[in-house]
Amino acid sequence: MQLDDLYRQVIMDHYQHPRNQGQIEDGAVSVHLHNPTCGDEITLQLAVEDGIVRDVRFKGIGCSISIASASMMSETIKGKSLEEALELAEEFHRMIRGEPADTERLGDLEALQGVSKFPARVKCALLAWNAFERAVQEQRQERRA
Amino acid sequence: MKTREEIRREFPILQQPMNGKRLVYLDSAATSQKPLPVIERIARYYSEENANVHRGVYALAGRATEAFEGAREKVARFIGASSADEIVFTRGTTEGINLVAASLGRRMVGEGDEIVITPMEHHSNLIPWQQLALAKGAVLKYLPLQPDGTIRLEDAEREITERTKIVAVAHVSNVLGTVNPVKEMARIAHRKGALIVVDAAQSVPHMPVDVRDLDCDFLAFSGHKMCGPTGIGVLYGKREWLSQMEPVYYGGEMIEVVELYRSTWKEAPWRFEGGTPNIAGAVGLGAAVDYLTGVGMENVHRWEQELVRYALDRLKEIPEIEIYGPGAGQRAGLVTFNLRGVHPHDVATVLDAEGVAIRAGHHCAQPLMRWLGAAATARASFYLYNTEEDVDALIDALAKAKEFFSHAIG
Repeated sequence: MQLDDLYRQVIMDHYQHPRNQGQIEDGAVSVHLHNPTCGDEITLQLAVEDGIVRDVRFKGIGCSISIASASMMSETIKGKSLEEALELAEEFHRMIRGEPADTERLGDLEALQGVSKFPARVKCALLAWNAFERAVQEQRQERRA
Repeated sequence: MKTREEIRREFPILQQPMNGKRLVYLDSAATSQKPLPVIERIARYYSEENANVHRGVYALAGRATEAFEGAREKVARFIGASSADEIVFTRGTTEGINLVAASLGRRMVGEGDEIVITPMEHHSNLIPWQQLALAKGAVLKYLPLQPDGTIRLEDAEREITERTKIVAVAHVSNVLGTVNPVKEMARIAHRKGALIVVDAAQSVPHMPVDVRDLDCDFLAFSGHKMCGPTGIGVLYGKREWLSQMEPVYYGGEMIEVVELYRSTWKEAPWRFEGGTPNIAGAVGLGAAVDYLTGVGMENVHRWEQELVRYALDRLKEIPEIEIYGPGAGQRAGLVTFNLRGVHPHDVATVLDAEGVAIRAGHHCAQPLMRWLGAAATARASFYLYNTEEDVDALIDALAKAKEFFSHAIG
């Protein structure tokens, strides 16, 4: 068990200086998720235009892994098409579960690979992604309505 | 008297290394480890005595029934009950409290009546009363919590009124470690005509408890927190209450006569134990009671008090540690804390790498966490097998966590 496998420099950087924190003024769907076992919380906002993630922002309380994961996710999916962002989400899930994954596609997020060796921390890494997937569902429902 | 090291050696799980280090288990408030005599007793039950209880005519069934009912007697003696028929076997503390709320609570609490609890209750001694109050239009009242995490008797005196039907309180808080003045609260409750229900999940395993001295009406605890197996617990109830309570679970074992359109029940406590009970669990709990009695609950308590004092002293060496709850003397053998600037999950992961197992999270006490203003906390809890060496390992690991994160975070 190597702590450095988990706490990579880039993770600490995102934990210390989270990107895309805050609020989107208008045109965004908002999702609040919390992890009932540990008390971590996230509010994620997603703005989509023409099928592209125009902006994504979050506010949250959590450990280094959950904050860093949210921060890196926001950087990675911004500007991508929804389809591509959802594919990345699946790729990320695979990596965290310890299954073969195309980590190159995930960019900085690859730093979270070590989480797969710490089963108790998997839910921390997935909180933001679950919020993102929920936000996409809501965004699609809103469009249909 | 056994030494700490002798006791530690009786717990097989503590002999294995964890993440390459000596396992330092500091999460006994969540569940305790099991000594060899308990593990062997359960194995012996299944090897030599297993049959269903209370029904077989054959000798083996008699042996199983004797072991099961023998455990009930052991538990009764352990907590000073008048007799074994005041002991209901449950799955654990949660089920015991729910049983009181669902049976007696539903009958005696009406619209506008009051139920008085405290903000430091575990969810299992909060939600049953919250839901009962909602269902009945009753008023749920919380005694105010002092800044040091204690409650004051003058507040209890004021908040418990003639309209109060039930007072429910933790004997020991699983987060703050506060030891509540249950005996005095029972006196106040009774004077106002209310019942008192005590959540003893964190007290019975760690200190001598005498239900007749406390004069509580109900007291619930769990086997797995006191060196026994999981899935077995105890609800103590005064006979005068148990004998007039309706069962909650209907089925086998709990009936006297079943007709097509009506049934009658066995006497308490058996009327509350519908279905085949956790026989091996009860037998294992009986063995745990024997084990703890052999060590002596006074000794267990004194040792934990020494350890928690030592831990509180040593934690002061790290100025970034914030400790929640009352000072030594008013607290049981656990310490809840935060390392400033580091999330408790991260603390727990670094400690785990050092072989030190602590709890991180909200400890099933969300309202209390809000009061503390902390989303989550870390908790180290002690039991009879912990040593000063364990506390030293905790402090060393915390120093590492601090260094690890100060290096990383700056």
